[in-house]
Amino acid sequence: MNQFFGGAAANDPISQFKIKSLLDIDVAGFQLDFTNSTFWMVVGVFLTLAFFGVAASRKALVPSRLQSVGELGYTFIADMIRGISGEEGLKFFPLVFTIFFFILSANLVGMLPFAFTTTSHVAVTATLAVMVISIVIGYGFYKNGLGFLNLFAPPLGDMHPIAKFVLYALLIPIELISFLARPLTLALRLFANMLAGHIILKLFAGFAVMMASAGGLLIFGAVVSFLAGATINALEFLVAFLQAFVFAILTVIYLNDALHPSH
Amino acid sequence: MEGDIALGMKYIGAGLACFGMIGAAIGVGNIFGSFLDGALRNPSAASQQTGNLFVGAALAEALGLFAFVVAMLLLFAA
Repeated sequence: MNQFFGGAAANDPISQFKIKSLLDIDVAGFQLDFTNSTFWMVVGVFLTLAFFGVAASRKALVPSRLQSVGELGYTFIADMIRGISGEEGLKFFPLVFTIFFFILSANLVGMLPFAFTTTSHVAVTATLAVMVISIVIGYGFYKNGLGFLNLFAPPLGDMHPIAKFVLYALLIPIELISFLARPLTLALRLFANMLAGHIILKLFAGFAVMMASAGGLLIFGAVVSFLAGATINALEFLVAFLQAFVFAILTVIYLNDALHPSH
Repeated sequence: MEGDIALGMKYIGAGLACFGMIGAAIGVGNIFGSFLDGALRNPSAASQQTGNLFVGAALAEALGLFAFVVAMLLLFAA
């Protein structure tokens, strides 16, 4: 693959996603290594905990700057849940809050130079997505019983039985497929966004270095490439926030289906 | 020789897979364009719709990312 992107292994935009074991741990034949992915996940979680620990430590009536930011994050998620599924949805606040800040911290920590972006691995995002969908299915059946299946066959009201049959024959497969595609799209969206963003960053940085080392008029190309890379870096910070937000808001929308399955 | 052709075909396939992103670009552009259209007509209602805006953009964008994933699979996994 190296020759395709030109240059040595350091220029390969894919090698930044390589998982390296930092500490070999073997439990009953299972390989549970402490990898660079685990390390940066721990860093992200620790930073989040430290931030909210400091932000919530004083609990002043007139908040300090840090406390305001913490409260902003709190109300941001709470308002989002209230807007979509009402007061009833607030029982899922801890889950959504945790998911949002876990993904946000993982994305932002991944923007540090030499850091590893844990969310650029489908194993991590798929775990989160499967967890969310499992909670939706589990809570849906727990709260509504078999009424949860109304999600796939919404009541159609007064209608001719044949028309009803035809409609259901069309509707149920569509609803089923769209439901089954949810965990897939949830996982792939976050994963592909982070992967694509970091590949582009690496490519532009690689172009700049390659053209600068070639010398001559290509120096201008290197400058343009460097500036483009810097701009995309700024865009990536937006994407890091946006993808965490999208994951959280879709989590709430899917949980809302479990709360109120009959559309 | 045959391996070379297969390799070339792989790259052509990955390039073709990227055409799927055209659709996502049109979709995302449509969403933001329509949002601005409506938001400039009625700015007071715009802030309530930003959530819908980003969800819609994310859903449209995901389909383009599938094309990207297919291209990556062709390049690195196939």
